[in-house]
Amino acid sequence: MRLRPPQTIDQAAVPWLLAVALATASPHAEHLPPWLSLLFGAALLWRLWLWWQRRPLPPRWCLALLVLGALAAIAWQYRSLLGRDSGVAMLALFMALKPLEMKTRRDALVVVMLGFFLLLTHYFYSQSIPTGLWLLASCTLLTAALIRLHGGAQPLAAIVRQAGLLLLQATPFMLILYLLFPRVSGPLWGLPQDAHAGRSGLSSEMAPGSISSLILSGAIAFRSHFAGETPEKADLYWRGPVLDAYDGLTWRVSALAAALPRKAPVVESRGAQYSYTSIIEAHNQRWLLALDVATSLPAGAMQAPTLEVLAREPLRARSRFSFASSVDYHANRAESAAILQQSLSLPAAINPRARALADRWKSRPPARIADAVLSMFRNEDFHYTLRPPLLGADAVDEFLFGTRRGFCEHYASAFVFLLRAAGVPARVVAGYQGGEVNPVDGYLIVRQSDAHAWAEVWLAGEGWVRYDPTAAVAPSRIEQGIVAALPEGEPLPGIVGLDADWLRQLRYRWEAANNTWNQWVLGYNPQRQREILSRFGMPNPDWQSMSTALAALCGVALLLVTVWTLPRRRRVDPAQRAWQRYCVALARRGVTRAAWEGPLAFANRVAVERPQLAALTSEAARCYAALRYGRGDSEQLLVLQECVHRLPARWRKSA
Amino acid sequence: MRRLPSLHQWLFGRQRDEQWPLVLGQRRIFIVPTAAGMLFALVLLVMLIGAINYDLSLGHALIFLLAGLGLVAMVHSFHNLFGLRLTPGRADATFVGDLARFPLLLENPRRQQRRALELSFSAQPMVAVDLPAEGSVTVALPCLAQRRGRLDPGRVTLATRYPLGLFRAWSYIHPSWSCIVYPKPLQTPLPPASPANTADHRQGDSGQEDFAGLRPRQLSDPTRHIAWKAVARRSDEQALLVKQFAGGASDELWLDWSLTPPDRDSEERLSILAGWIMLADEGQACYGLRLPGQQIAPATGSAQRASCLQALALYETGETRDAA
Repeated sequence: MRLRPPQTIDQAAVPWLLAVALATASPHAEHLPPWLSLLFGAALLWRLWLWWQRRPLPPRWCLALLVLGALAAIAWQYRSLLGRDSGVAMLALFMALKPLEMKTRRDALVVVMLGFFLLLTHYFYSQSIPTGLWLLASCTLLTAALIRLHGGAQPLAAIVRQAGLLLLQATPFMLILYLLFPRVSGPLWGLPQDAHAGRSGLSSEMAPGSISSLILSGAIAFRSHFAGETPEKADLYWRGPVLDAYDGLTWRVSALAAALPRKAPVVESRGAQYSYTSIIEAHNQRWLLALDVATSLPAGAMQAPTLEVLAREPLRARSRFSFASSVDYHANRAESAAILQQSLSLPAAINPRARALADRWKSRPPARIADAVLSMFRNEDFHYTLRPPLLGADAVDEFLFGTRRGFCEHYASAFVFLLRAAGVPARVVAGYQGGEVNPVDGYLIVRQSDAHAWAEVWLAGEGWVRYDPTAAVAPSRIEQGIVAALPEGEPLPGIVGLDADWLRQLRYRWEAANNTWNQWVLGYNPQRQREILSRFGMPNPDWQSMSTALAALCGVALLLVTVWTLPRRRRVDPAQRAWQRYCVALARRGVTRAAWEGPLAFANRVAVERPQLAALTSEAARCYAALRYGRGDSEQLLVLQECVHRLPARWRKSA
Repeated sequence: MRRLPSLHQWLFGRQRDEQWPLVLGQRRIFIVPTAAGMLFALVLLVMLIGAINYDLSLGHALIFLLAGLGLVAMVHSFHNLFGLRLTPGRADATFVGDLARFPLLLENPRRQQRRALELSFSAQPMVAVDLPAEGSVTVALPCLAQRRGRLDPGRVTLATRYPLGLFRAWSYIHPSWSCIVYPKPLQTPLPPASPANTADHRQGDSGQEDFAGLRPRQLSDPTRHIAWKAVARRSDEQALLVKQFAGGASDELWLDWSLTPPDRDSEERLSILAGWIMLADEGQACYGLRLPGQQIAPATGSAQRASCLQALALYETGETRDAA
């Protein structure tokens, strides 16, 4: 029993709150400015020292100065106080300084609430499985801190167990709410500029080196699951942006495609159709990487005149799309003049040697020109390397007649240049080539390291035909992937280079787990919610029916938790139960045992009041007394349990 | 709530509880979110808006887990009180200005402990107690005694915020409790004792000066009766000696209302009488009490002290004292 004013914080609870601050804010050290991380660490150490030495907390004005100074520094660092990152920095700052003025339980509660808020902000940066596990651990810690604040001192294990129990009981609610809470597709309002920073992927430009820097990343670009069989690896060309404007250095998406009237391209499929679902990572661009060439599009997407599939909005979150594609096709046999014109344009007066070479081929049919370029790449001394020499102003000339070392971007660029110079409409297509099937879940994984650039040539009567000049130089790039194609000693994309079999197996499992996580946890958007709910027997879920189901299920879960925590009935000793039954039976026959009456005393009274029950009651009482107070055995228990049945029937009472 | 007396009465009841032990059932337990619980809900709402805006799936999961935690905490707060067995005990008499302590036996029939139960009378200090699993604790609920007479502490509020402080569950218990509050003793010298069986009062020297001898000190002896000189002379002895006075044994000390200064008000005169009773009791004197309209025959011991003080406590309160 203790008497204490309810408001002051128990000093022994202070380390719990410092642990809360540390656990919720420290992972942010990765993206906070170093000075703020240092300030955070120093503030916590200071508070710990004050607690250890039992010193008074610093005065308010001192903290106010610190807050103002740090806020000014944050504003200077991020150029704003309103962005996402500066918001996180401010939260971390408050978390660092709030413990320094923590005197009452109320202050401690504010620290815990700040902790909950900070936990959420981690998901701006990562929503991976480890982050999810960190969530659970941190939630347990925060709950334990609340229990410590309100329940007083207990052994650590008891507090953690209680916190774990609470969270375990909260899990059904989480699942129900997660499945049924009507999802709104954000954003609710304009996001700050830095909301989608740091997304990697193909860009709408191809300068020398842009793809080879992308290729060093083992990050996953998208995953695809084919409903039937998977196409040949050599057919796996995933179409990204079509780059048809060249300025001598950089290939770009021309403004033309956007300016053209929205006329759907004409695609004639000539072979089998593959249908598949892709889960595409956010890349902040509109193109959806469909297998070349898409014949059936997901809802809300459209096919550009240049054949790539575009979403309505840039892809800001990992999303699922279902496509069907044909790898054998005629595309746009009747192409618009504007596009053909664009596919011939070249900047004037550069690469004279390449132009001269192309001029010599001009008389040939277009297909033969393309073949001539490919055979030049194949037969002459061209090399495939991730570390090509730097090129100057006449990049194509230098590449074709000088260095002759390059990467897919060099070959595609030189190929398209030569064809255009020879008067054949051609363009560069960026995208991904290949992929790797994960045997664990059957998904085809396409990484940034599979980024590729190839060429497309328009041939009269056939439409756009794909030519991959890289395949002429390094056929293994297309058949086996980047690792096989690169010469030894080249730097390999981190995760792709793993050779050991067990490591590969481990990676497959990890990526399959991640894929499940992505689909069920991260990719759970309004559309997926509708899909899943209709599978569970809610054919057309609207928010009313979802809320109804939500409320009903939560009610059931609440009931279950209530029953779970209901006070357990004390186990009644069997002897006591049998004796109670006997006494109840006697009470029905008119003799009620008083609460204070011991068994033998009661038997004596019964002997006086009901002589005909005396023998039986005395036997029962002796058995019970022996069982309860002496060393009774199971036989006596049986006798006691039998006594109630040996009582004369009630209607004889009056006789 | 004050403005709706009938609703208040319907919700919380006004009758005293008569059946003991009282088992707290759901009809008696009330639960509302605390300020912290409101803040928690607000934080969750803001977090939800953030999670929707930034499309954070894992953020949704976190918020829903915390929402579930809040609901579960509500159930746990409720169960922290549910099924608790309460039995009030008798409160010992106390003096004005002291804390009266009302004992309440809390029994936990459950196999889980109950933590952070807070008990208090309204506007009185709070007692926090933890109950072990299948255990019991007796708490002494403090209530400041402000006036002499019979103190009715009112109902007890038994509340808990355990485990998370998001909800406050509480129950009211209203036993037929009372405690005698004695007047605050005022330190003044004792009136003179009179010889046994005589009613006239000797003037002049006080009974404390009739030195009769020395005896070993008992714990109940006041320190100012210690014979320091005699103790100092006896170097071998560890026990202290006290002076014994003749007045205690042979003379009768009448503590009479009429001996108190008539210019003071009656409460103060009662306080003076209480001070005399305390002094006389410390000196193990045989004393009686005379109040207008009542008289307590001279006697010694704690029973005498209690009945005399009780007579003072209930003087002119319209109540007769208990049979001592």
